[in-house]
Amino acid sequence: MAIVDLANPTRFLNVVNRVLPWLAAITLVLFAVGLYRAMNAPDDYQQGATVKIMFLHVPAAWLGMFGWGLMTVAALGTLVWRHPLADVAGKAAAPIGAAFTFICLITGSLWGRPTWGTYWVWDARLTSMLVLLLLYFAVLALYWTAEEPGRGARAAAILSLVGAVNLPIIKFSVDWWNTLHQPASVFRTGGPTIDPALLAPLLIMAIAFTLLFVTLHLAAMRNEILRRRVRAMRLMQAQELAQVT
Amino acid sequence: MNLGPHADFIVAAYAVTIFVVAALLAWVLLDYATQRRILGDLEERGINRRSQRGAGR
Repeated sequence: MAIVDLANPTRFLNVVNRVLPWLAAITLVLFAVGLYRAMNAPDDYQQGATVKIMFLHVPAAWLGMFGWGLMTVAALGTLVWRHPLADVAGKAAAPIGAAFTFICLITGSLWGRPTWGTYWVWDARLTSMLVLLLLYFAVLALYWTAEEPGRGARAAAILSLVGAVNLPIIKFSVDWWNTLHQPASVFRTGGPTIDPALLAPLLIMAIAFTLLFVTLHLAAMRNEILRRRVRAMRLMQAQELAQVT
Repeated sequence: MNLGPHADFIVAAYAVTIFVVAALLAWVLLDYATQRRILGDLEERGINRRSQRGAGR
């Protein structure tokens, strides 16, 4: 099957129905391995056992940003190519991205208290991440409150494109401003600065969380396609009733 | 496994994450069941999409 065939929602649903159980199973296995490695990873020489929060916080931060990146591509698909699945993909990604951003902020706060001595500071990295969560809420409000889904989708797509400006700000905030948050330690020129004993479980957990995101996203896209079918059928029913009366 | 003097923070972080992920899973599964049920009801009442009608001809 060619990739373009997936543009057809019915074919897309067939593929998703076949792929989802496998994705869920692989995700479960990776989480089992990742959590085992994370729980048995050595303590950090400065932070002690609180470094275990990193295995949740860092993947959640990556996926919070990944979700918005996905919505940005979907927004282009909605506004430029008017692809039928682009809006579905954007709408399905928003609550999942918001949830991962929320996890990032809460776990970061719980990590910050024992290591920095505070739950929160208004520094560039933390504030730009909070802005990302507020942007997610704004997009969700546009999707959920629009009377006409098409209009809500266009407004959400425009906000997704505008909000994409925040992604490089989050990424480079630790380089551009003097922040309490540590600089990049995995994806950086010169290679990771984390000890391999901590890096390996972190990467396994990151892959597990990414597969969880993909699994949830595909399932949410399937739900959205079904919801649109329900809406179309109800509209047809209403039209037929109007013709009869 | 010894979580040290800050065990409460570590446990709280994992608990929040498990709760949020469980909520996401519940939302996706319940929504799927709901949409399938509504679609089934509509089809039972003889309401089909335009494409299904075309395929049936």
